[in-house]
Amino acid sequence: MNAAIRRFAQSNFMYSFGRDKVAMVSFAILAAFVILAFSAPVIAPYDPYDQTTIDIMDSEIPPMWQDEGEARFLLGTDAQGRDMLSTILYGTRISIIIGVCAVLMQMFLGITIGLVSGYVGGRVESFFMRLADIQLSLSTLMLAIVALAIFQAAFSAEAYSDMAIIMLILVIGFAEWPQYARTIRASVLAEKKKEYVDAARVIGFGAPTIMFKHILPNTLSPLLVISTVQVANAIISEAALSFLGLGMPVTKPSLGSLINSGFEFIFSGSWWITAIPSIVLIALILCINLLGDWVRDALNPKIYKEK
Amino acid sequence: MALLEVKNLGIEFPMRREVLRALQGVSFSLDAGERLGIVGESGAGKSIAAFAIINLLSKPGRINAGEILFEGRDLTGLDDEAMRDIRGNRISMIFQDPMMTLNPVLTIETQMIEVLKAHRNISDNDARKIAVEKLREVAIPSPEDRLKSYPHELSGGQRQRVVIAIALLTDPSIIIADEPSTALDVTIQAGIMALMLNLCKSHDVGLILITHDLAVVSQVTQRVVVMYAGRVVEEGPTAEIVTHPKHPYTRGLIKALPQEGTAGKRLNQIPGSMPTLDAIPDGCAFHPRCPHADDVCRASVPEIVRVGNQFSRCGKANELAEENSL
Repeated sequence: MNAAIRRFAQSNFMYSFGRDKVAMVSFAILAAFVILAFSAPVIAPYDPYDQTTIDIMDSEIPPMWQDEGEARFLLGTDAQGRDMLSTILYGTRISIIIGVCAVLMQMFLGITIGLVSGYVGGRVESFFMRLADIQLSLSTLMLAIVALAIFQAAFSAEAYSDMAIIMLILVIGFAEWPQYARTIRASVLAEKKKEYVDAARVIGFGAPTIMFKHILPNTLSPLLVISTVQVANAIISEAALSFLGLGMPVTKPSLGSLINSGFEFIFSGSWWITAIPSIVLIALILCINLLGDWVRDALNPKIYKEK
Repeated sequence: MALLEVKNLGIEFPMRREVLRALQGVSFSLDAGERLGIVGESGAGKSIAAFAIINLLSKPGRINAGEILFEGRDLTGLDDEAMRDIRGNRISMIFQDPMMTLNPVLTIETQMIEVLKAHRNISDNDARKIAVEKLREVAIPSPEDRLKSYPHELSGGQRQRVVIAIALLTDPSIIIADEPSTALDVTIQAGIMALMLNLCKSHDVGLILITHDLAVVSQVTQRVVVMYAGRVVEEGPTAEIVTHPKHPYTRGLIKALPQEGTAGKRLNQIPGSMPTLDAIPDGCAFHPRCPHADDVCRASVPEIVRVGNQFSRCGKANELAEENSL
């Protein structure tokens, strides 16, 4: 185990990380967001889910550095009197959970379908790849809006708010599997011509072993690269859906629903309800994308950046 | 009874407009512990014959005639499950390029243990012990440490040794080696071939060595099969074939070796090149390149005839044998 850690610490990957300031700063900010978001129940000054602690008299208090700000509410409060800081911490946690879980689901579907299509080929491949083409010709948001609208109509508002996270994960996860499937299939087509695959067949391994144990590890670098982009995309999709009122309910806001909830107050001067969660969202996505850029360069042996 | 008997094997590739016959009427056999060489130029059908034995013809190739008997069982009719049990377990294969045959992202250990676990009910620890033992047999220094290595951390020769160790893991009764030393430099080549020869002798493993290198064949094998354009053209004990080849093609091959020529002169060569599968000439496939060809050769495919201990697919085998022009 120690040897594995040492090997990782001395790898080109870590060397490249140590030389790339953008990557390090992005990683630091991202790590800070993740740590803060996941320790929200401990560090948040208020519990935004606990309706009893919310006082409507505290509504729309500006951030504390403004004239009318109060020290109790560092980033001010929203229209219902919830502390913005706490709500953003909890909201970021929800956004990250949905983003990561949706991507895990995309990976699961996409990897399985892409591996099988690429390795087996023939009709199986045609079927899944045409399915992917059809799905890619519809926009992710359109699919998600239709699906979520049907869910919302089918369940009561109460039941929906409990299931919203799962629904969002399923919808976003399902909507983007073709990205993975296509990437994996392309890599598999290149890999399966290589002699180690022949050798594996000669050794007598079955198709599942060859696909998952031999070919899959060789396709990891494109996987890692699209995963970072996909996490960012999934978080944006979730924010967009929530902004459209189809995502997280106002009682359990994600970053998107927070931005939405402040939107109607923006012209009455309460800009912070929308602006602060927006900045958090932008910073989060930017960091993930910058890291993704770096991963792509670091894992591509054809690019050697002169630094 | 021979351990492996290939009888009258035919392989065809149905293409869009025609059916290409990659192998026609190929027969040879291998006894337990025997070392057989299969020789021929590129495109003669050597590798296809090997892949056919373990039932891994690439599409759309298929066996259209003959049988492959391994311990008396016909392999051509076996289902996938039964075939996987033989492949890599009873019959192992070694490929040309050790850079390519090891999976680049898995450690040697993972790759070796996996092979054992695929064919035997064995614990990780026992499998590791066997792996270390086999690495030691192929003369890999400090095998315990090398297990943790990735393929790119080893040199080409070491990698081919690892590949040989993997082929030996399950104690197979036959190893098929498809040009095992071609990708290596000459000194390493000699080492690898000597290693294989010793291992085959000490483990009593049958070896089918596919190569175009007659020097290697004469060092390692006991019998040799010479192939040309999908057919066996000559077969017999290696020592006799390299000294007294009966088929004009084999003669051409041997004459083309550098040591047969005179210093300062051009090397001998067989004029022309191997016909492609869609343009195999009528009659004896070798006649356009053969110095002894006549109308009979152009008209019909000669039968295999016996000349002493050798078999030759040449209508004039007996005349040529007397002439003995080499």
